[in-house]
Amino acid sequence: MIEWLDTIIQGVLLGGLYALFAIGLSITYGVMRVVNIGHGDFLVLAAYLALWPVMQMQLNPFLAILPVAALMFCLGYSLQRILLNRTIGPNPLAPLLATFGLSIILRNGLQQVFHSDSRSFQIGALGTDSIAVGGGIAIGLFPLIVFATAIALTVLVSLLFTHTRIGIALRATSDDAETAGLMGIRARHTYGIALAISFALIAVGGVFAGIRTTFTPESGPAALLYAFEAVVIGGMGSLWGTFAGAVILGVAQTLGAKIAIGIGILAGHLVFLAVLFFKPTGLFARTL
Amino acid sequence: MTERGVSYTVSRNTRTSVAAVWLGVASALAVLSVPLWGSPALMRWGVEVMCYLVLAQMWNLMAGYGGLMSVGMQAFVGVGAYSLFIFAQHLGVHPFLAIPLGGVMAALAALLTSVLVFRMRGGYFAIGTWVLAEVFRIAFSNVSLLGGGSGQSLTVMAHIDRTTREIGVYLIAATVLIAASVAINLLLRSRFGLGLTAIRDSEDAAESQGVDVKALKLQVYTLASFGAGLVGAVYFTSILRISPNAAFDPNWVVAAVFIVVIGGIGTLEGPVLGTAIFFGLRWLLADYGTWYWLVMGAVAVGVVVFAPAGLWGYVRARWDLQLLPLQRRLILSARQPQRGARTLELAGKTEVGRT
Repeated sequence: MIEWLDTIIQGVLLGGLYALFAIGLSITYGVMRVVNIGHGDFLVLAAYLALWPVMQMQLNPFLAILPVAALMFCLGYSLQRILLNRTIGPNPLAPLLATFGLSIILRNGLQQVFHSDSRSFQIGALGTDSIAVGGGIAIGLFPLIVFATAIALTVLVSLLFTHTRIGIALRATSDDAETAGLMGIRARHTYGIALAISFALIAVGGVFAGIRTTFTPESGPAALLYAFEAVVIGGMGSLWGTFAGAVILGVAQTLGAKIAIGIGILAGHLVFLAVLFFKPTGLFARTL
Repeated sequence: MTERGVSYTVSRNTRTSVAAVWLGVASALAVLSVPLWGSPALMRWGVEVMCYLVLAQMWNLMAGYGGLMSVGMQAFVGVGAYSLFIFAQHLGVHPFLAIPLGGVMAALAALLTSVLVFRMRGGYFAIGTWVLAEVFRIAFSNVSLLGGGSGQSLTVMAHIDRTTREIGVYLIAATVLIAASVAINLLLRSRFGLGLTAIRDSEDAAESQGVDVKALKLQVYTLASFGAGLVGAVYFTSILRISPNAAFDPNWVVAAVFIVVIGGIGTLEGPVLGTAIFFGLRWLLADYGTWYWLVMGAVAVGVVVFAPAGLWGYVRARWDLQLLPLQRRLILSARQPQRGARTLELAGKTEVGRT
């Protein structure tokens, strides 16, 4: 019994990591109604960007997140302004095709530069420390930090959406880009900000994923699928829904893996498909 | 026909289109003649090229006409391929007869799982189909009868002598290609095709004109999956070995997307042109490994952003060419010299009403 409880706790904490993957995807979809198929590959790019200061300058991986997030923010904004805004128009396929192409460029580019060796970040004792919570259950300190960060960032992004000018602009553009334009909100700029925020958030997710396990240039698709599943399970446009979806996905994967090794990820996919079948709008849908 | 002094005829055929059809017939005969003079290596390469071309045609039918952006088409390539192994290797069906069964099983799998993926639209649909392909991949990896994660070989092919095998697979691939090309052409000329073309141009407008968008999308999805299943069955009959990672490789759909996008999405000629570029670039960049996919990706993104009609779209707009007889042209003949006759294109995408 304790064993199962332990598995569920591990799953919830894993969900924290998936929430970090998913918030960014939730934001871009919420604002632009466009799914960034390259989401996972950009997350991996962020991890590789952090690799350089960590390896060369012995920078603590936690500190490396800040410059990488800033860089990813700029990259996201420029990418949207220079390239992706041009694809937003009458053809709904265009932005999907563009981000799909970008994901392939990125994956093969990383492969070219870094080869397929798996990498990871070392954080010393912090990576292995755990807190005993009684009953024979111990919670890893690092997974707990990830989970707390996910909660903190979800709160922060929620506040951004409700309490700042840019947040209101993002919501207005999401509701009706044309009318928002009449009020002086430039959709092209707002879309840029949306992708920039998304990219800054996946910088956190990418580095944390690199601390928790390893990554290769091929890690992108899995990250995209988990982020996507969390968003769909949680329901469109709800940040806390996405968070809950990520936790459900994490628990499904760890429980599945406990039942039979090699079934973990499949179990996550099956829970996603079940939600899709029984409640296609997601469990906690509302408008952003 | 005559009305108020203006006589006109509705025609799909132009002099170019008639020539193009004959060119098509000649190409088909040329493709079919390869076993008479080609080497086994050429035939193997030909099978690969034809598999990619058919897959691209199928993806184009689905995305370019049906508006269904699937990035999980490898699911049905894999189901078709594994069905071939199940029927031929384990149930004793002759491998050549098992190939069409691969298509049927893929169509069946598409129909059954459409209950799930058709609950999503747009980008959600795209990634949803990818999840489905992953589910299939993991599921087949866990079937020990089929060799689990490491896969198995098509040893029953040893009963067929080598020449028969090579020529047989080649001719089946050629038949699939020719049949797919003719079928898509006829299909798009039918009522079904008009509906699809209408969906391509505007889903809402099509719906308002009484096109059953949902049913049509399901049909085109199932049909494209049937084609993908055939491709999987043919390809792995040629390769003789299967594994879940090869059968459900996302690169299947990556190749199809790049071919169609670069050649010209939503046109029949596009996939042919795109396949030529795809294999041409692969030949040019053969020594550079991942650079190949980088260049393909960059070209595809460039086309999507700056020239969304693709190469064929550009050619068509530049020289007003329409090789295959799909559009209907209204030819006014009153007081019009034959040369440079004014044409009205009724089913054209962009040039409606142009004179």
